[in-house]
Amino acid sequence: MDARARRTLAILALLAVACSLPFMLTNFRLFQFTQVYVYAIAILGLNMLTGYNGQFSLGHGAFYAIGAYVSAIMMDKWNVHYAWTIPVAGVLCLIVGFLFGLPALRLEGLYLALATFSLALAVPQILKYFEHWTGGSQGLVLSKPTAPFGLPLNPDQWLYFLTLGVLIVLFWLGANLLRGRVGRAIVAIRDNHIAAEAMGVNTSLYKSLVFGVSAAYTGVAGALSASVVAYVAPDSFDAFLSVTLLIGSVIGGLASISGAVLGAMFIQFIPNWAQDISKAAPWAIFGVFLIVFMYVMPFGIAGAIRLLWIRMQRSRVALSPKPRETAAT
Amino acid sequence: MVFTRKLLSLFLAVGLAGVTLAPVVSAQTVVGVTATEIKIGNTNPYSGPASAYGTIGKVIGAYFKKVNDEGGVGGRKINYISYDDGYAPPKTVEMVRKLVESDQVAVLFQTLGTPPNSAIHKYMNQQKVPHLFVATGATKWNDPKNFPWTMGFQPNYQTEGRVYASDVLKKHPDAKVGILYQNDDYGKDYLKGFEDGLGDAAKKMIVMKQSYEVTDPTIDSQIVNLKNSGATVFFNVTIPKFAVQAIKKAHDIGWKPVHYLNNVSSSLATVLKPAGLEASKDLITALYMKEVTDPQWRNDKAFTDWVAFMKKYYPDGALDDQSNAYGYNVAMLMTIVLKQCGNDFSRENLMKQAANLKNVELPLLLPGIKVNTSPTDHAPIEQEQLARFTGEKWDLYGEIFDAFRKQ
Repeated sequence: MDARARRTLAILALLAVACSLPFMLTNFRLFQFTQVYVYAIAILGLNMLTGYNGQFSLGHGAFYAIGAYVSAIMMDKWNVHYAWTIPVAGVLCLIVGFLFGLPALRLEGLYLALATFSLALAVPQILKYFEHWTGGSQGLVLSKPTAPFGLPLNPDQWLYFLTLGVLIVLFWLGANLLRGRVGRAIVAIRDNHIAAEAMGVNTSLYKSLVFGVSAAYTGVAGALSASVVAYVAPDSFDAFLSVTLLIGSVIGGLASISGAVLGAMFIQFIPNWAQDISKAAPWAIFGVFLIVFMYVMPFGIAGAIRLLWIRMQRSRVALSPKPRETAAT
Repeated sequence: MVFTRKLLSLFLAVGLAGVTLAPVVSAQTVVGVTATEIKIGNTNPYSGPASAYGTIGKVIGAYFKKVNDEGGVGGRKINYISYDDGYAPPKTVEMVRKLVESDQVAVLFQTLGTPPNSAIHKYMNQQKVPHLFVATGATKWNDPKNFPWTMGFQPNYQTEGRVYASDVLKKHPDAKVGILYQNDDYGKDYLKGFEDGLGDAAKKMIVMKQSYEVTDPTIDSQIVNLKNSGATVFFNVTIPKFAVQAIKKAHDIGWKPVHYLNNVSSSLATVLKPAGLEASKDLITALYMKEVTDPQWRNDKAFTDWVAFMKKYYPDGALDDQSNAYGYNVAMLMTIVLKQCGNDFSRENLMKQAANLKNVELPLLLPGIKVNTSPTDHAPIEQEQLARFTGEKWDLYGEIFDAFRKQ
């Protein structure tokens, strides 16, 4: 069996597990996994920008908040069906992200990180300012979507499948984008933007576009979170959220698509475990986890798995009586 | 393929572990209570921007430990499970769902903050789990018709605003009123209560309203503007940091209005002493609890009992932090509800008893202020009393104002 078929099989097996979870887990666990998928979408968005394109953002919590509020306001003020609010949130964040990406072109590395961080700091306060729309610091209470077409699913199960569906579509789109010609251009800009320009890549256009797409992914995640949590408030989107997303993206593995899910699992479950270990200093325990992960897996969880995979292939080749010529490619 | 299989089995194992860890919800409504224990759930901001309030969650745990040491309630020990939500509503939802669905608590008690509680308000009522004595001053928790499983605790800000308005109308009917308020729900709730209380006179009497943002460095210019407006009564709706500035500045520029200061900033230790006791003289506030830094209670039995409790069960807790007195009071009220349940700890009966508190006195409430609830009244404390600062202590005066009776 060649590597490609093996990969497809692995993905199908994972999908089968993901689809069976709603019938095996309690609603609470399901809610946690739904949040993992929401974070995974946001992290994939951030990963495109930071991992693949080399632009640092400490402000993706802001796009997450914008997506959530666009969805919430449409549902609350205009009674729009939640399903329509998700693409609208994505498109709006695409535009905002693209526009923010234009001036950000002049900033590199740490300077861009700081500029985006200011966005993360400003958005919660701006949300309070437009109280008529956003409900101020009291936020907006939403109702939880129920399963359509008379599907025999409870709201938690339905939201799980909805989020999983959006995740699959966005990951498929993302994978196609990043593995193709566009993806090579994006990575080329990260690795050496002068060389990329010399090759004929329109670096400023690409950089702004990546910013836009990245913001759109994160905005969609935010819109989903509004339905999952059924409540939005400025306190939900403080600057720490942006930092958390960056942590997830680095721990999962920069420039890795599957890493987004692994990173999302980390930011969802590790703080809870840390709290179970020590109530007095959960964030200190979290910090220890963070350092251990970075030390043991410098390329993130996805990077570590890839290394492990290669090593296993090699050992299998060594052990098998008739080594194949094309193995481990 | 070996790796794929390993990964698959790992996923299955994780999934199965999740199933076995979470017990199946039983059809009975007695949840979280066994022959030996009663489970009570809570969330508090032990980290994040509001972590100063986290001490309330800790002092409640200390109080329940005291109850358990003394034999528990109805032969059962209280198992108090409190999680950190960092004051972030999505985290509150997750933690509360963990408490209700995974830990299977009997009641949710004293979850802190208006946004965190807003996020779980609907959920608690859909699940029909008692959501008792929430730690927020918003008005919306007293809505038994639409939210029969939720109940507040402290007097809300609008009620307090009305208390000041009635005092102004009684004593200074011809006054010109200037107001300083924080530009958010907290400030606006006070403002609304105050204006509602003044009624038709509000338009004529209020000559200036000034607001500030919680992020502002100073409010000096607002105070100068208020002085120049010619106001003779000053309604000061500020949190401690700005209250100190306002009292000092007014004193420094020689503005001497009748000064009403909101209860939020009535602490001697954190406001009046830093602002200067001389400058704080003649301030008026409305109180419902004994101020723990006020010397008049130093020999009060309730106060000395509290200090003894703090030293034994929560030695790390600050004795000049009013939050520790607040948590002690509310944990005691929860224990009273549990005792009142007799031997029936079903969720229905827990809610029924919480809504059946008649003239309950708590030691650190002001003398005469009582807790009252009913199936149509989910606001436990609705009384406050005005007090004037003598330069060393709060001097209570007038009768106890009862918002429920007067409305």
